[in-house]
Amino acid sequence: MVKTNQQKIKDFLINNGVIIVMFILVIYTGLTSNNFFTGNNLMNILTNMSSRLVIALGIAGCVITAGCDLSAGRMIGFGGCIAGTLLQRMDYSGKFFPDMEPLNVFVALLIVMVICAAFGTITGFFIAYLSVPPFIATLAMMEIVYGISLIYTNATPLGGYVQEYTNIANGKFLGINYLIWIAIIVAAITWFIFNMTRHGKYMYAIGGNPQAAEVAGVPVKKTLILIYMKAAAMYGLAGFMLGARAGGASVQLGYGYEMEAIAACTIGGVSVTGGRGRVSSAVIGVAVFELLKVALQYLGVDANAQYIAIGIVIFVAISLDIRKYIAKK
Amino acid sequence: MAEYKLELKGVCKSFPGVKALDNVQLSLRPGTVHALMGENGAGKSTLMKCLFGIYKMDAGEIFLDGRKIEVNNPDEAMKYGIAMVHQELQPVPARSVAENLYLGRFPTKYGPLKIIDHKKMYEDTAKWLKEVKMDFDPKAQLGTLSIGQMQSVEIAKAVSQQAKVVIFDEPTSSLSDNEVEALFRIMNDLRDRGVAMVYISHKMDEIKRIADDITIMRDGTYVGTWAASEMTTDDIIKNMVGRELTNVYPEKHTKPGEVVMEVKNLCSIHEKSFQNVSFTLRKGEILGFGGLVGAQRTELMEGIFGIRGVASGEIYMHGKKVKIKHPIDAMNAGIGLITEDRRGNGIFGCLSIKDNVGVSIYNKYLKARMVLNHKKINESVEDSIKKLSIKTPSMKEHIANLSGGNQQKVIVARWLANDPDVLIMDEPTRGIDVGAKHEIYEIMNDLAAQGKAIIMISSEMSELLGMSDRICVMCNGKLTGEIDQPEEMTQAKVMSYATQF
Repeated sequence: MVKTNQQKIKDFLINNGVIIVMFILVIYTGLTSNNFFTGNNLMNILTNMSSRLVIALGIAGCVITAGCDLSAGRMIGFGGCIAGTLLQRMDYSGKFFPDMEPLNVFVALLIVMVICAAFGTITGFFIAYLSVPPFIATLAMMEIVYGISLIYTNATPLGGYVQEYTNIANGKFLGINYLIWIAIIVAAITWFIFNMTRHGKYMYAIGGNPQAAEVAGVPVKKTLILIYMKAAAMYGLAGFMLGARAGGASVQLGYGYEMEAIAACTIGGVSVTGGRGRVSSAVIGVAVFELLKVALQYLGVDANAQYIAIGIVIFVAISLDIRKYIAKK
Repeated sequence: MAEYKLELKGVCKSFPGVKALDNVQLSLRPGTVHALMGENGAGKSTLMKCLFGIYKMDAGEIFLDGRKIEVNNPDEAMKYGIAMVHQELQPVPARSVAENLYLGRFPTKYGPLKIIDHKKMYEDTAKWLKEVKMDFDPKAQLGTLSIGQMQSVEIAKAVSQQAKVVIFDEPTSSLSDNEVEALFRIMNDLRDRGVAMVYISHKMDEIKRIADDITIMRDGTYVGTWAASEMTTDDIIKNMVGRELTNVYPEKHTKPGEVVMEVKNLCSIHEKSFQNVSFTLRKGEILGFGGLVGAQRTELMEGIFGIRGVASGEIYMHGKKVKIKHPIDAMNAGIGLITEDRRGNGIFGCLSIKDNVGVSIYNKYLKARMVLNHKKINESVEDSIKKLSIKTPSMKEHIANLSGGNQQKVIVARWLANDPDVLIMDEPTRGIDVGAKHEIYEIMNDLAAQGKAIIMISSEMSELLGMSDRICVMCNGKLTGEIDQPEEMTQAKVMSYATQF
């Protein structure tokens, strides 16, 4: 059966509905506000997106295996706090470790990522070997990590970072903020892992049908642990980035970001039932989210009402997305 | 009274990209079994889903007792007295047998309060189960039953609805012979009560036994309706495939060679599963495993493959003892397994053909030990699509869009790409059409000719007898007999071993 042009247009509109609506919204906002389409603003949006994208890419791996990760937000706060305590100036009065020289920025980042990855490994172990559902396992880890962050920092906010650290958020290479470069590199690596390695293919197989994956000789347990470990390391990195941007951190850093990241992934086309989703899905989802937030601000929508708008977008986006996969009756 | 209990006229139904039904008709006489036949993808299930209100038809009319009716959903269908035993079981495994039987129409008490009357539900369930000659506990969790038993629950459900029209969509594809007998008894019973039945099946011997009328469909169109007594098996096949199909079981020319695999005293960790099973398997041999449903054949194979727990016993490959704790160990030892439940643990529905074939072979196609060599993988997949003549526009197609037979071939391709010495095929032709079955048989013979050893579990007696070089028969977890003389391979012999306990 040949599809008529009209049908094709309709399919296109449904399949790309959210992106088209976003596009219209962005253009409208640009035309009605003076300083929306400026290089500065664009850079600002991209910088905001950078840490969100790193989180979303981490969570995407979990969602593709039909899991989720509720510990992401708290893990970000934990990562931000560890980085903060390791990178304070000697002359800062509230220094956490008063006698410790600030570490090299990269060494600190490595420590943050390794510690977070260790916790992610524990989550993964419970999910893979003890069959705890991801929702519950990551919920448990969320609580544990939050508690550890509170005890570790004594619930005090951190500040007084060395310049090398804050430079990561301010410095530029080829006119583009370092944070954006970090996100680009992480996206490229993730794309490589998803598409060019066994691990990536196994991830899709587990999401598609875990029983079949087992029979087909996929190392299901190892793969799952690796996914949650990798994701946690990325949350650590995101916490590190957010800390650099804010010039400080507290245990509340990143709170609730896991939900936005899951929503962004699904808006972009990562299926919560598993097996489907790409790096581009996460990029699109995060972009839609950020653009929506900024556009609503520019349009002068009440900050509280923005939450409602975001909720509606999630409803609509996911309903349209699901339509692609549900066979017509 | 109208001549026909139920009539379907001029039914058309399109899905995006396919015309699934084109002006199809079906007329059921009361008190008859009407066989609906056709290859997979001919549109039988689609037609029945239209009748049952699961799909909405684009055009066409339904007449019940000569009156035009409209069926918009299964609920309405049931109110008209139309019941369906699904091909793909759709039960709620975590709930009890009784709750599944009364799902959507629980008996209630205290009038408007509508409190569920559990006592009545369990009693009635026991009664209906008795009616279909099945005696298991109505309170048993459905998920603990075998597929065959679950099917019986579905049938009991249809019977309990006092249906006037019952659709059986491949009800016997997972039943053992005595369960089939039980089903036929029930069907004869229903026939005496004037119920009109639609019976979809690929099994010719069953059609010859039970059907009164036969309607044949091909590629979504209506071919014709005949009295079953006028049709020979060859006539039916000819009309179904639109061509002559000569030999049902292709001749096998290879003789078995040296021993490849030896299983000694394998015992499951569960007392009621396989115990003390020993057998050998030779190069180029097709070893059939017969037995009734529940004989633990699947469990045995899954035990060998490392999916199920094994308490004791040894497995030797080429004379060397191997330890198998996980499918990866089995694959490394040179064993492949094509499972019985294709949808459950065979295919990855949302992935492409390429990913479905590729999943087991990534270790072999690596650059620098970690980067996938997509070019080589593509070549290999392309090659198997050609070799096994898998019908698909491209390897990027989602496997869910293929017919059952082609899906099965994709799974075969997955294992061939892995190049095992021993390939275990659990019900390799279950739920696939006549033409594709023949192709699978030919693939099996080819593999044997290449020196591979094949273990085939089959509940279809003629397939078991027609394809095997040797037959092992199991009953209640024990190996009760082995038949290696061609002249002794008879249905009676297999059945006598299969019913030892």
